[in-house]
Amino acid sequence: MSSSQGNFTAMVASAVQKYADVAGGLMPLLHEIQAGLGHIPKDAVATIASGMGLSRAEVHGVISFYHDFHDQPRGQTTIHLCRAEACQAMGARKLEQHVKTRLDIDFGGTTADGRYSLEPVYCLGNCACSPSIRIGDEVYARVDADRFDEILGGN
Amino acid sequence: MSQTFPVRIFIPSDTTACALGADAVADEVALQASQRGLDIEIIRNGSRGAFWLEPLLEVEKEGWRVAYGPVTSRDVAGLFDAGFPASCDHELCLGETGDIEWLERQDRLTFIRAGVTDPLSLADYKAHGGYAGLDKALGISPSEIVDAVLESGLRGRGGAAFPTGIKWRTVLETVADQKYVACNADEGDSGTFADRLLMEADPFQLIEGMTICALAVGATEGYIYLRSEYPRALQVLNQVIATATEAGLLGDDINGSGRAFRIHVRVGAGAYICGEETSMLESLEGKRGLVRFKPPLPAIEGLFGKPTVVNNVLTLAAVTTVLANGAHHYQEYGTGRSRGTLTVQLAGNIKRGGLVEIPFGASLRELVEDFGGGTASGKPVRAIQVGGPLGAYLPESQWDTPLDYESFAEIEAMLGHGGIVVFDDSVDMLGQARFAMEFCAIESCGKCTPCRIGSVRGTEIIDKLRNELTEDRQNPANLELLEDLCETMDTGSLCAMGGLTPMPVRSVIKYFLDEGQ
Repeated sequence: MSSSQGNFTAMVASAVQKYADVAGGLMPLLHEIQAGLGHIPKDAVATIASGMGLSRAEVHGVISFYHDFHDQPRGQTTIHLCRAEACQAMGARKLEQHVKTRLDIDFGGTTADGRYSLEPVYCLGNCACSPSIRIGDEVYARVDADRFDEILGGN
Repeated sequence: MSQTFPVRIFIPSDTTACALGADAVADEVALQASQRGLDIEIIRNGSRGAFWLEPLLEVEKEGWRVAYGPVTSRDVAGLFDAGFPASCDHELCLGETGDIEWLERQDRLTFIRAGVTDPLSLADYKAHGGYAGLDKALGISPSEIVDAVLESGLRGRGGAAFPTGIKWRTVLETVADQKYVACNADEGDSGTFADRLLMEADPFQLIEGMTICALAVGATEGYIYLRSEYPRALQVLNQVIATATEAGLLGDDINGSGRAFRIHVRVGAGAYICGEETSMLESLEGKRGLVRFKPPLPAIEGLFGKPTVVNNVLTLAAVTTVLANGAHHYQEYGTGRSRGTLTVQLAGNIKRGGLVEIPFGASLRELVEDFGGGTASGKPVRAIQVGGPLGAYLPESQWDTPLDYESFAEIEAMLGHGGIVVFDDSVDMLGQARFAMEFCAIESCGKCTPCRIGSVRGTEIIDKLRNELTEDRQNPANLELLEDLCETMDTGSLCAMGGLTPMPVRSVIKYFLDEGQ
């Protein structure tokens, strides 16, 4: 067993122990594993299932239902680009084209250098100052192509 | 020698203010003040919701505040050069905050403290009337609390507008060994940010509202189901729950009453459908967010199969006002069967966007023109979508409709969560109709066929329609097919996701298709 796999097994096991007796604990457990490892490895599903008293199918079903959960490794930082109506009204579709071209990826993709993954999001609650994007936990307002390049340059 | 106090400067910490650079402004103010040897104290308040003026700085005078905005970090040195904060003759000075017309014209009940107080300070919350509602609730019986909520006429602010008191009464009267309060903070509609603002600017109000609800129905455990898209709100909620617990306002013995109530925050994972109450309950139980059949109602069999009050953030917050000021005070606001205040969120292509709290009954035109100042682009307004992605697109002929639940239902539209998204004349209306179907296809939970399959077929038919329009060869059969599909989704879907997706689509066909779109 490689040391990185050893680390993830230990991390998953301790997280499972923490949430095993928490009512409805699967969601916070999955969030914690993803926050720690960047994704939820397929190899972790069996451990999660037995620890939480669920079938592997149930755990897989939850992971695959929610947009936020990923079973493949991701870029270091996720860029969420809002595609919802308030942002559309301020040019989000144009921004989307620019961002995809600039990063050379589509939604769901990760940049070649592994720095960024790009995801669509439907509303960041910043709709009076659209278009909005979120990089990590920071939200940015009134983002056009130039502003996006400026933010990325400073990141 | 008399003691001098530092000058208090308020700089908002909410998502929008920070997205516009409020953190950098705060750093620059601290730096400039220290370089100039000025004694200041920076307070990170919540936002007042006048987002077009953010970052909005305020300097405290004797009992009032002077506002400056919108301030960028590059403006700060110039402000200090002009005598800030003692006095300041600068073009960014807006005068006394309370006199800013956009704020002064509002009737704030739920958002009265937003932007005024430090959201993390329990003392500040109490000093501005907070926890007066809980004090009242602790002095009366559960049934009397429910009566007050019933009498106030308060209806659910999440979109469905169900009378809150009736829901509470059902939970109160259902016998069970365990009951829950579940706050739906999965506000996912585009164009809405009222829940987020409340949680970031005045979070104790939500905690107090949930506690009052728990006392009324006999619940001991509460959950806040928060969208993952709101990381700042999560931080704030966790902090204030810890503070309230330490102060004995949550926990085993609320304010020495012998009553117990605890609140847990659960974070969603990017599924819009989890804003639907039964889908949210599934998610809280750690499952896929599949919509449940109703009945049984959540008030009878809800979270973990137990009686559960599911209310939206603003509904639970409004309860504090109802209890503190009395049902009649709340009842006095509004029109017809829509009582109290409506929180409108002006969003999209709008010059003066932000949160407007006013009594029900104002017109859309008043909101968008008087408060909003028209479009940000300066072009004419073409369409206004009210009530989120499932709400209708309205043309100018409908803008005089009063903003209340019944009037909007009459024109086949809805207020929903009060989001108002403005589009200028560059909008592609058929593209918006297609997006409604596309969004439904992406976010459908998949349980019922009209929603899961109908939304996909909907995008396909709209694509065909577009091709026909561009090639100028109209085939009436496709329009008929689309209307037929809308009817199937409307009448055959399990919940509002599939059931209301036709609303924006039909409004585009009804109002905008003839105009060359």
